[in-house]
Parts: sequence; structure tokens; C-alpha cells
Amino acid sequence: MAERVNRDRAQDDLPVYLARPGTADQVPRQKYGGLFCSVEGAFESKTIDFDALSVGQRGSRTPRTARRGTGAGQEQARSPASDSQASSPGAESPVARGRRGTDSPQAEMRPGGGDEVLQTLEDEKSDRLLIKGGRIVNDDQSFHADIYMEDGVIKQIGDNLIVPGGVKTIEAQGKMVIPGGIDIHTHFQMPYRGTTTVDDFAQGSKAALAGGTTMIVDHVIPEPGSSLMEAYDQWRQWADEKACCDYSFHVDITHWNDSVKQELDHLIKEKGVNSFQVYMAYKDYYQMSNSELYEIFTFLAERGGIAQVHAENGEIIAEEQARMLQMGITGPEGHVLSRPEELEAEAVFRAITIASQTNCPLYVTRVMSKSAADIISQARKKGNVVFGEPITASLGTDGTHYWSKNWAKAASFVTSPPLSPDPTTPDYLNTMLSSGDLSVTGSAHCTFSVAQKAIGKDDFTQIPEGVNGVEERMALIWDKAVTTGKMDENMFVAVTSTNAAKILNLYPRKGRIAVSSDADLVIWDTDAICTITAKTHNSAAEYNVFEGMELRGAPQVVICQGKIVLEDGNLHVTSGVGRFIPCSPFPDFAYKRVKARKQLAVLRAVPRGMYDGPVSEFSMSRGGTPSASARTSPTKQPVRNLHQSGFSLTGNPAPCGPPTPDDVPIRPAGRRIVVPPGGRSNITSLS
Amino acid sequence: MSTTGDVPAFFRSMGSDSPARPRQQFCGMFCPVEGSATDGKTLDFGALSACARGRGERPVIDRQTDISQPRKVEIRQSTGKEALQNLDDKRSDRLLIKGAKIVNDDQSFCADIYMEDGVIKQIGENLIVPGGVKTIDAHGRMLMPGGIDVHTRFQMPDRGMTSADDFYQGTKAALAGGTTMIIDHVVPEPGISLIAAFEQWREWADSKSCCDYSLHVDITEWHRGIQEEMEALVKDHGVNSFLVYLAYKDVFQLTDAQVYEVFSVIRDLGAVAQVHAENGDIVAEEQRRILEQGITGPEGHVLSHPEEVEAEAVNRSVTVANQTNCPLYVTKVMSKSAADVIAQARKKGTVVYGEPITASLGTDGSHYWSKNWAKAAAYVTSPPLSPDPTTPDYLNSLLSCGDLQVTGSAHCPFNTAQRAVGKDDFSLIPEGVNGTEERMSIIWDKCVVTGKMDENQFVAVTSTNAAKIFNLYPRKGRIAVGSDADLVLWDPDVTKIISAKSHNSAVEYNIFEGTEVRGGPLVVISQGKIVLEEGNLHTTEGSGRFVARKPFPDYVYKRIKARSRLAELRGVPRGLYDGPVCEVSVTPKAMTPASSAKTSPAKQASQPVRNLHQSGFSLSGAQFDDNIPRRNTQRIVAPPGGRANITSLG
Repeated sequence: MAERVNRDRAQDDLPVYLARPGTADQVPRQKYGGLFCSVEGAFESKTIDFDALSVGQRGSRTPRTARRGTGAGQEQARSPASDSQASSPGAESPVARGRRGTDSPQAEMRPGGGDEVLQTLEDEKSDRLLIKGGRIVNDDQSFHADIYMEDGVIKQIGDNLIVPGGVKTIEAQGKMVIPGGIDIHTHFQMPYRGTTTVDDFAQGSKAALAGGTTMIVDHVIPEPGSSLMEAYDQWRQWADEKACCDYSFHVDITHWNDSVKQELDHLIKEKGVNSFQVYMAYKDYYQMSNSELYEIFTFLAERGGIAQVHAENGEIIAEEQARMLQMGITGPEGHVLSRPEELEAEAVFRAITIASQTNCPLYVTRVMSKSAADIISQARKKGNVVFGEPITASLGTDGTHYWSKNWAKAASFVTSPPLSPDPTTPDYLNTMLSSGDLSVTGSAHCTFSVAQKAIGKDDFTQIPEGVNGVEERMALIWDKAVTTGKMDENMFVAVTSTNAAKILNLYPRKGRIAVSSDADLVIWDTDAICTITAKTHNSAAEYNVFEGMELRGAPQVVICQGKIVLEDGNLHVTSGVGRFIPCSPFPDFAYKRVKARKQLAVLRAVPRGMYDGPVSEFSMSRGGTPSASARTSPTKQPVRNLHQSGFSLTGNPAPCGPPTPDDVPIRPAGRRIVVPPGGRSNITSLS
Repeated sequence: MSTTGDVPAFFRSMGSDSPARPRQQFCGMFCPVEGSATDGKTLDFGALSACARGRGERPVIDRQTDISQPRKVEIRQSTGKEALQNLDDKRSDRLLIKGAKIVNDDQSFCADIYMEDGVIKQIGENLIVPGGVKTIDAHGRMLMPGGIDVHTRFQMPDRGMTSADDFYQGTKAALAGGTTMIIDHVVPEPGISLIAAFEQWREWADSKSCCDYSLHVDITEWHRGIQEEMEALVKDHGVNSFLVYLAYKDVFQLTDAQVYEVFSVIRDLGAVAQVHAENGDIVAEEQRRILEQGITGPEGHVLSHPEEVEAEAVNRSVTVANQTNCPLYVTKVMSKSAADVIAQARKKGTVVYGEPITASLGTDGSHYWSKNWAKAAAYVTSPPLSPDPTTPDYLNSLLSCGDLQVTGSAHCPFNTAQRAVGKDDFSLIPEGVNGTEERMSIIWDKCVVTGKMDENQFVAVTSTNAAKIFNLYPRKGRIAVGSDADLVLWDPDVTKIISAKSHNSAVEYNIFEGTEVRGGPLVVISQGKIVLEEGNLHTTEGSGRFVARKPFPDYVYKRIKARSRLAELRGVPRGLYDGPVCEVSVTPKAMTPASSAKTSPAKQASQPVRNLHQSGFSLSGAQFDDNIPRRNTQRIVAPPGGRANITSLG
């Protein structure tokens, strides 16, 4: 209390520019210029946000004070500081709340008077909405404030907001308002051998919204050999037509050559893609060799991209698959038997090694096993810039179902890397997620119908891979991690939304409730209990891998682009309203450290005298020892061939002084210093 | 303990009964070590108790007082008559060592030891020996099994050059350092038959080697013929270990799938899979990058072979070995992180052994930055010495606690003129360091003197573990009746400064130059003959025998066998799926994750299996033979417990 008094007093001393910002956000928000325009006002809103909080806490002395206390909702929101003193409903014990009856936990929605409704109707874009009395939860703090949004953007946060008349108002009654979830890994409408996953962008994003996820990031998978740009355009077309929520793309690199490099460059610079996935599995199809990984990572590190990796050792998997089939194991259990956990961990280790060599930020998709998570955790402790993404399935269920007698059920769990047969895995991964060792969560939602899965009824290697999870993700993490006390609500926001936004460089436009952020919000009901079943889910698949699971915590209201898409359990989605959100390269979250390391990583040669002793005769018949590969690869061509340099072995080199920039193009400086600083050492003497 | 009388007769008599039994000669390469496996081991214990208590009836030799005498061993030549006798029978080289403290890997005890024909015949007190035997008075000093250097590359060809120490020079250096057996690597050029290369190495070594030797064979390429040759080597040529390379891209390197197949073959043959663990792909990329930056000196070698890349490859090979249930042996553990990976894998139960080498235990990679090119180049080896100066200490600690088990030297020195081949490009510098002579002393100095390990553990890591892993135990690696008379009388107090001026290798540089080590061999006995005494080497070129090794070493394979019994996999008996099946186009994913198109021996071997890819499977949703129960695990129409309804939500 004393502290609060002090801060109150401090406020009086605050300079004008700091005391004022609570109102500054009334300036009209400008439209975005283009794809690469940064989030306007992002800078302001960060500071503003904090002040908005103080405003809410203390009651600001801005002119708006006069209108204070007009509504009960505002009254509640005004005094969040007292919520620790247990007055606010949000702090009440869940049990008590559960008993409060049917109507009260629901948010009240009051439409404005008829006049204003009409007004709203004629101007579709200006969708005005006020959330009163919510507890705003960001990844760093929670506080009580009202939120006013317009045109899909949060315009004001604070108490006693000045809002136009007749705004639609949601009474949150102290419930948590969290940034909408970002599902960083989906495969909607993915083509597979002539068929397509059953959830297209409409169905998939609908399921996402139903679960409280307001943005999805889908993977563009070009067929090996085909153009990345074409695939990207194709995916854009599909998504633009159908997506109900904002979306963005990762692009998968399924082959590697010079033209792919140019396309990557174009995608990064022009098309708003900053993350690219490579496969270490799927031998002879998507799989990249270590050298290719090295080159791709090097390339991405230069251009500010994030390297995502599907980590499994494809070579060994191919061997194991052949072995399983030889042994006559053809059912879905063969899938998990041929992809043991170790192979995942091995590939993660290798990817981390290569990323660390190339100083490239690494993102491991689908962390499915304890050992893979351990490797990531260890690498982070050693300082590697690496992010791990467990998915809904790995956090919520395990791989024991592969042995189900029901083929269709067993097959519905088939995904790669497979779910771990160790039943303690989900709990372990939730703990790692809570401790920050794993950073983000996706769903890897990629559903196939039973008929599609049945392609592999006689050979598990033919079963199309993928599980559901986009709808269940938020509730499942809440249930497994927050209700069990592993993480708090702020961490929940971080792993479901904020961290993803930071990695994609969309922060603070997405992943945060702040002025001028997108109006993608979820009012979260911590007490709702629902049972997951394929009968009620929004996916088109017949099976749900979480079938029968009872989860506590669910979205009550979902607001996407400033519009209410879920209320009272009813979805109101519009296909095709989803916008593509371009991601810019060099996300600070990953690249600040990478940049600093790059500066340190300059290597220097030792200045030495010329070796003038005898040289043995030798034959190069072996085709050049460990040195560079004979295979042609894109990065190798422009390089000067050092083995065929014009250097003669007679010990009479071209004189060249201390390294000057001029020397560089002709001959790398620093290697032929005849008179090194500190005098020439006698190279043959015993030192 | 005063109740000697209570000891049962069979126990008491052990100290004395063995000498009476004449030892049989070995019948051939694959003959087991006769009589030693049981007799020798129990004997030691009896002899120990005898020594500790002083066995009542017989007078105790006054060895305790001898310790104070000057540090010199008395070697008493027998009288003229017996000397003549010895001379005309070259093979019966009789030798008695009196008053030694015998150090095995499990215990130390005081006893006399009598050997004849290169074999230990008696251990105990008051041995009954023929008259006129050459006698060494050990004065209570430690007598240990001769060292086994598990990794040498003598006379190794590299691009038309040959490493500076041939088998004569190399084994001489080994003996000078207390190592009485070496295991060399046969490196067949890709395209050359393994057997031919093996015979070539045999020829070189037989004509020159001064001590017993054995050979590892490196797998430098992979095809069907190689598998057959491996079988022949194991069955007929006494080879039980094969090395694969994860480095040396486009020369020796094998892919993961090939390594998987090689390991599967090795496991079936009962051999030990050795691995040179470095990620060759990344190394090649890094080499190119570093050359591009204008770094051409030896520092580029270590910069392009970062420690991480070694650890990564170790981790990968451990994974593959686990998958194939094959015992793994990691050669040249050079860095902390690689050692850590091995230690962790062992804690998880993997059958994996780590071999640090003299260089990684004794020095570090800071010398790569030496201004003296020739000196810097002398340290070039792969994986490189770690620039982290705390590495040697760390590796010594892991060696002491058992996380690393054996030590080699990877002795493969090149002289400066040979190194200078790479004077303008570090990637051309021939790789290899010295260390066979210094190995025992360095480990003694770094581990035993510092109290990290005791003398028994010292024997374990320098000799016994190697003998066990490569199935030479107890013929080698132990002082027991029936074992080979390869012994070292160790002086823990002698100090010596290592220098290229005095070493026995032919190269100009010694990477341990100036290192002062405490502890060294005083007398070295190889094949029952004294080869080092009073600092003088008496080696005979060509006297070294090839020691054949049998497959399935117990030390390694007992666990592997138990696991392979457990590893049976079974499919789930299910009803036939009778629901709708989606139509698919076969074109793009014809090659899905399934097996590789490359022909490889392991796969061709399994021809009786139905080829699933070329089966009559039609994509219309049914197979031509849908109703024929082909594999009973797969098509049980009425499984026990009733048929599961396959399409219902379960």
C-alpha cells in the first residue's frame, strides 16, 4: 500500500509527455502502406501500454477523470490494484464461481442503440467494440482495464475510455482477456498424392477460431523440383479465398539449388516470409544432406530468416522401415517402431550443431519426445539460439494408441516424429514448456480421413501423416499446464501467442494486448469444462486424437480482426476474411544475439613466415583429402579455386604488404605476409 | 587373518600347484588361452594371501628392505654353463622376476614370477625353477602387464607418402615406452580389397614389427563385396574390429544408411564397430569457408574441425549403434563435449567405449597458433586437439572414473617435409601425431601421480580394458599363469623430459616437447625377452607375432546378446480394414520414406523377402491377393478375443 502511495506521488512529478500518453492514442490510426510496412505506432504503444496500466491503477488525472464512475464495469476495471485484495471476480476461487449459476459467468453483450447499429452496418470496416471490466493478460503482466477497438485494431486501453456512442459492449466481468492464440504450425489443405487433407483453410481456421486461436501459420510445401514461388502463390490463393482468420506462411525447402536461393531471397524481401523449414527425414524425397543444411542455414543467417527443421534421421528411418516390413509388421505400430525417439534426438542434436556452426537461429518443429526436448534444453543452456515447438498432440497424448486393435484409430495417431510410447512424455513436455526450455506451441494440424489413412492399410509407410490439434491447443495447454500450476496465465500467453509473434517478427502487432495491436482477443473462461470428441469438433476428420479428454478452460468469446467470431458457443466465421500477415526478416527476438555473435566470429590467420624447408613429393591421386567436396553445389561455384592458384612453390611469392582492402579480390589478404608485424619467425626452428 | 590353517586345502594349495603342470603350447591362432582363464585368476588371490601374511613355514625373502636401495634393477646372469644352454635353445627364454609387486587391474600383490617360452609359467613364492635362470630382482617395484596401444598407424600410406615411423621404428618406440602390443589400422584405399590390404599390412608388420601386434580394418567404402570380405576377415584372419569414417567426405566417409548397414553386419559377425567421429559434411563446408577467408595455416585445421562437430558425430554414431544393437568404440576422443556424449550414452545403457589418445590426454590445441609453421603443423590430427587448455585434465578425469575406458596413441607422425605438402593449404597437411612411446608415462603422470586413479586403474586403461574389448584377455592385459610374458617393471619415481632429441620416433617434432613426466618403464619384457633395461633397447626386427582375435568378445557381447533376445518386435493382430480407401496418384511419393533406391549389400542379402514396392499392389484400394492370408501376423480374420470392429470409434 505504501508503495502505491509513493507511486501516486511520483506520478505528480512525471513529465508531461509521460503523464499524457494514456490519451495520446486517440490520434487516428493510419492505414498500412504495404506488406513490409512495420506496425505503425508500435513503438508508442509499448510505452503507452504501461501508462495505460498506471492510469487504470491510479485513476489518471487526465481530463477523462471527470467521466469516471459512470458504470459498474468501469468501476471494477478502475481498481485492478485491489484485485490482489480479492475483490475482483477473477480472483475468486474456481469452485465458488462454478456454483454461481448459469448466467453470470457469461459475458454480457450489449449492442448499442438502434441508431448506432445502423451506423455500424453501413460501415463494415469500422467495427467498434468495447470490452469492459476484463483482466488483460499479456505475457509480462496482468491488469484490469477496458479495451476499445475499432477497425480491427485496439484503440484505447484504460479506464473510463471515451468511446463513441452506441458501441457494442462486452461485459467481461473480470474474466481474463488474452491475446488470441497463434498456431505457428498448421498444414491446412495440404496436397498429398493427389488427395488433400480434409481440413481446408476454411474448415481449419474455423476450428482454430473455435479454440481461441486467431492466427495460423501454415506451411507451404513445394514439390521437390518445383518452384517455391509458384507453391507460395498457390497457397496464398487457397488461403485468401478461404481463411477465416489472419494467417502467415512458412515455406518448406524441399530441394536446394541456385534458383531456390533466388526464390528464397525474393520470398524474404518481397513476400513476407521469414521462416523456412528443411527436412532431415523423408529420404530421397524431402531430405537434405548435411552439406545442404549447412548451406541453407548459412544463407538464412545472412538474410535474417529463421531455419525450421523437421528433425528425424531419415536415413536410419528408411533402414528401420525396411526392417519392420521384412519382419511382417505392417500396421501403425510399425510407424512408431521404425521411428524411435533416439532418431529424433539425434537429428535435433545435428541440426543444433549445424545451426551453431553457421550462426543461424534454429527452430525445431514438432518436439515429440523427452530426449529431443532435453537436447534443446541443453543447447539453450549452452547458449544456442534455438526454439522448440511441442505440438498439441505431444503435449496432450502419447503413442500407446499405435497399438490399438482398431486400425483406424491407431492410424489416426500417425504423425512424424511419432507420439512417444512413453506415457510420461506429455507431462514432461508441459514442464519444459513451462520452464521456458521449449518456447512455442503449434498444432501441426494435418488431418486425413480414415479412407485417406487407409492408403497405408497394408504398409504403415504409406499412411498419410498428421494429427489434429488446432482447436484443442489452447484449452489443452491451459488444462495441462495452468490448472496444474506448472505455469501462470502470463506464461500461457507467452507460449500460445507472444513468443510465436516475436519469432515471426509480428510482435507487438500480434501476441500482445496493447494500443494499436490487432484486435485479436480471447476472453478466456478458466472454469469451463468441455469434453473433446470427434462428434463435436470443428475439424472434418472422423477421429480426434484427444477423444474423450476432459479439459478445463475454454474460450468464451473470441474476437478476430475486431469482430466477435465466437460467443455463447456459436461460431460466426466468414470465409475469406483472413488477411495474409507478412513477416519481416531479422526478428529481434532471435537475431539480436545472432548479430552480436557474428561480430565476434571474425577469424584471423596467424601471420607466419614462408615455409622454406623441404617438401615431400605426393600424389593427389586420391582426389583430394578431406578438403572440399567434388559435388557441385550452388555456393561453390563463384569461389576461387585455391588449389589451382597461381602460387608457385619455389618460395618466391608475390610481395604483398599488410592486408589492404585492395588485395582482397585478387588474393585473400593475411596469408602471405612476408614481413609480419613483430618480425618474421624462423619457420623451421624448434621454438 | 591368522587362521591360515583353516583355509581349505584346495585354496591353500593353489599357490604352489600350478608350476608343476607343464603348460601346453598353443595349437593355433584361434586356440583359447589354455589353463589361464580359470587357474591364473584364482591363483593370484592365493598368492596374494601368501605374500601378505608370509606363509609360516618358508622364509620370507627380504624384499621389504630392498626398496631403500638405489633405483636399479639387478639382473643376474646365470653361470656360463646355463648361459650356453640358453643360447642353443633360443625359444626357451627363461626369466625369473623376484620380489615384484604384481599389479593387475583388480588388485596388487607381491610375488615372484617365472616365465619360459614367452609365457608366464609360475606366480608365487619360492618357485621351483630350473637352475641358471636369468633373474631380475625387482626390489618391490611394480610389475604390470605390458601396455596395449589400441590405435597406431605405423607405415601408413597417404597420397604416395608413408608416415615417418614404420613398423620397426614404431614398435621400437612403443617398447621403449612400456607398450608391448600394438593394434594397427589397415586402411584400404577405396576400391582396394580389404583382404589384399590386410595381407599387405601383415607383410609389412611381420617383417618389421618388434612386438606383438594385431590389426583393425577400416571400412572405407561399402558394397556387397566388402561384407563378404569382412566375414572372411573375422572367420579366417583374426580381425574382430572395423573402423568406419564419418569424416573425410568423398574419400572415406560413409552415409548414415551405410553406417547402419555396416553396424548391422558387424553385430552379426560379433565384431566391434569403431568410428572416426566427425561430421565430414560440415568439416568440408567449414574448410572451404576458412580457406575462402584466407586462412591457410594449421590454425585453419582446428577452426574447420570444431569440437561440436566431433560431438555431433559421436552422438549420431551412438544413435545408430543403439538402433542396430551394435557395440561401439569411438576412436580418438579429443574434446570434452565428445567425451560427455559418450559418458551420457553409457549412463543410458549404450554399449559404447571411448578411446582418448596420448595427445588429447597430454596436450592441447593452442599450439596450432604457433608462429612456427612446422611446429603448428606437427599437431595436425583429426579430430584436432582442442584449443581449450582444460581438455586434457577433463579427459584424464573421465578416464579415471571409467567413462572412457581405453587409451591409444593414434601414432601416425609425418616429418616436416611431408607436412609441408600442406604449407599453403591446411587441408592438405597429412594428419597424425606421435604418442605411442609417451602414452604410459603421460597417463601415469597425469592420472596416477595426481591421484585421479590408482595403479590398478592405470593397468586397466593402458592394457586390460583393451585386451577385454578386443578379446585378447587374459592372454594379454593380465599377469597370470598362462598369459603372455609381456611385462613392464614400472618405476613411479623416475622423471624424464620428453624431447624429440631423445625419442625413438623418426620425426623432428614431438608434440609433448619439454613435458616433464614422472614415472616410466624400468624394464620391459616382451614375449619373455628383456627388451629394455637400464635405458637400453634390445629389439629384434620381425620378432613381433600377429595375434589373432576371435569375434564375440565377452566383455562387449554378453550385454548385446541379452538385448538382442529382448528386441523381438511383434505386430498387432488386427481385423482386416474393410472401410473405404482413398484413391491416390502414385507419381510423386513413389519413393516415400521407405527404403533407399541404392543397392546395398544388407538389402540384397534379404532377397527371400517379398519386395513390397514392386508388389502387385494396385492403387484401386484392393490388392490382387487381398483374400489370401500371406503373413499371419497381418491378416488374422478371427483374432483371439474376437475381431475388433476396425472402423468404429474406439
